[in-house]
Amino acid sequence: MLKIENLKVRIGDREVLHGIDLQINDGETHVLMGPNGSGKSTLLMTIMGFGNYQVTEGRILYNGKDITSMPIDERAKLGIGMLFQRPPTISGLKLGKLLSAVAGGKTGDIPGYARSMNMEGFLERDINKGFSGGEIKRSEVLQLMVQRPDFVMADEPESGVDLENISLMGNSIARLLQKDMHIVNRQKSGLIITHTGYILNYIEADFGHVMIDGMIRCHGNPREILNVIKEKGYKECLACQQI
Amino acid sequence: MPADMNEFYTLPETEQERLTQTGLDVSMENRCGSFFQMDQKILQTTCSAQGVEVLAIEDALEKYDWMADRYWNAVKRDKDKYTKFVAKQEHPKGVVVIAHKGTRAVFPVQACLYLSAEPVQTVHNIMIAEEGAELHVISGCASASGAKRGSHLGITEFYVGKNARLTSTMIHNWNPHISVYPRSAAIVEENGVFISNYVCMHPVARVQMNPEAILAENATARFSSIVIAHEGSHLDLGSRAVLQGKGSSAELVTRAITKGGTVISRGYIAGVTDETRGHIECRGLILTDGTIHAIPEIDGRVTGTELSHEAAVGKIARDEIEYLMSRGLSEEEATATIIRGFLDVKIEGLPPVLQKQIDAAIDASEAGY
Repeated sequence: MLKIENLKVRIGDREVLHGIDLQINDGETHVLMGPNGSGKSTLLMTIMGFGNYQVTEGRILYNGKDITSMPIDERAKLGIGMLFQRPPTISGLKLGKLLSAVAGGKTGDIPGYARSMNMEGFLERDINKGFSGGEIKRSEVLQLMVQRPDFVMADEPESGVDLENISLMGNSIARLLQKDMHIVNRQKSGLIITHTGYILNYIEADFGHVMIDGMIRCHGNPREILNVIKEKGYKECLACQQI
Repeated sequence: MPADMNEFYTLPETEQERLTQTGLDVSMENRCGSFFQMDQKILQTTCSAQGVEVLAIEDALEKYDWMADRYWNAVKRDKDKYTKFVAKQEHPKGVVVIAHKGTRAVFPVQACLYLSAEPVQTVHNIMIAEEGAELHVISGCASASGAKRGSHLGITEFYVGKNARLTSTMIHNWNPHISVYPRSAAIVEENGVFISNYVCMHPVARVQMNPEAILAENATARFSSIVIAHEGSHLDLGSRAVLQGKGSSAELVTRAITKGGTVISRGYIAGVTDETRGHIECRGLILTDGTIHAIPEIDGRVTGTELSHEAAVGKIARDEIEYLMSRGLSEEEATATIIRGFLDVKIEGLPPVLQKQIDAAIDASEAGY
């Protein structure tokens, strides 16, 4: 579904990603771990196509199509969707109105989706204005439910979410990734950034990657990688230099 | 006075549409009364609600002796050259709306002022909500789209009695050759509420106004302006509130967009008595190089007053546009959605039919962002 080849990315004058290679096949979910500032969010923002992230080398292929220079909205229309870690507040824009716009004017299942995310009371509120950390994340998942992307990226979906809501988040993202379907029939793929690994209790991820200083240093079983990081820290990944 | 709208129907359809955008509801389905003045000719004064009167100003002055005390009282006749010009008119035109004591009108009265062919239109309105009454007025002002020049001088005096509530919603739809000088003021008695809304989304040569509310004990005033200055438009707008009575409060809110024109947004609140509160908020969006100049003034005189202001002027944040694009909206759709949100000021205490009218006036111009 997604293939990234030797991707180098600059933000302003600084190169943040120094040649990333990554392949995510249909139905696979990958998790991305790494210390703060290592470039994980930059990778997601670049895949989505945000303007501040300038690709200087390499390319991004989505279902075989080179999307490296494609505008954000066209990527979204191809089926790429993202759960943001810190989305902007937009004054006057009601969450419900955005959801209708995302649904192409059809209200369809919006009330039901909102109920399932405990967000019914937020449809008439300005998007992200005064939302708590957990509410922002629930609003993000709700938007993705309406958007129905084939490739789901999530930037720290569990951060700021209280224990009561973490299972709601986890199970909802699992449904977005068709985890309720048999592996053979599963089509949707995902790339999820996590620090804590809580999300792995709800989403059986297929592969894990560790990014340090703008490079992917390690691939492997996500739980094993997480255990190593928990016990020995990222130093171990650096020392390992698997790739 | 004639109550004949036939002349309205002789107007080209496009002109009828322009008037409808300002809130004119010819069917009268959601209106309790109506006044229509074309140039200096009054075409309609009608009212179906009990306890509410809609009168041409000359008739009102003749009918009620006390009207003389309300005539050139809130607004002084020698305030400036425009008021002096209007005061000179031998036969003043305009409308008087009276909601008599305790009357609560559910639907608004519409006042429609249309500048068709004459170079100057003068209007003098008086709106009165007597003690305990509730009155909603929607004034739509428009000019013929082909008019090459013209001035509209409109005086409006508002009187809000004790425990009364008066809302005034004014929607302008002029053209690039018209200059507009409204002069209005409100006197709000104890526990009275005065809400004034102004919407101007279309090009106009010049609008200059600075309406004022004088507030007695526990009275409230709220002014909201939603405007777009197109290239060649000069909008010098302001509102003033004097918190004279203990417990009174005022809020002045502006959303201004420039597409190459000028918006000067003045706000002034004076807190001269204890237990008073006032807040000025101005937000400006520069879509094309132009001017948005916010001049908020808060003038506190006693320890028991709390006054504040906030102003912000800038462009649409790129991260907001890109966020919406990541949900599948095109750049144009994302920009229009953000602008529509920016202009979305929900006005507390306004009947839904009027909020809808404001929303419709903004939506109608959406293509013009």
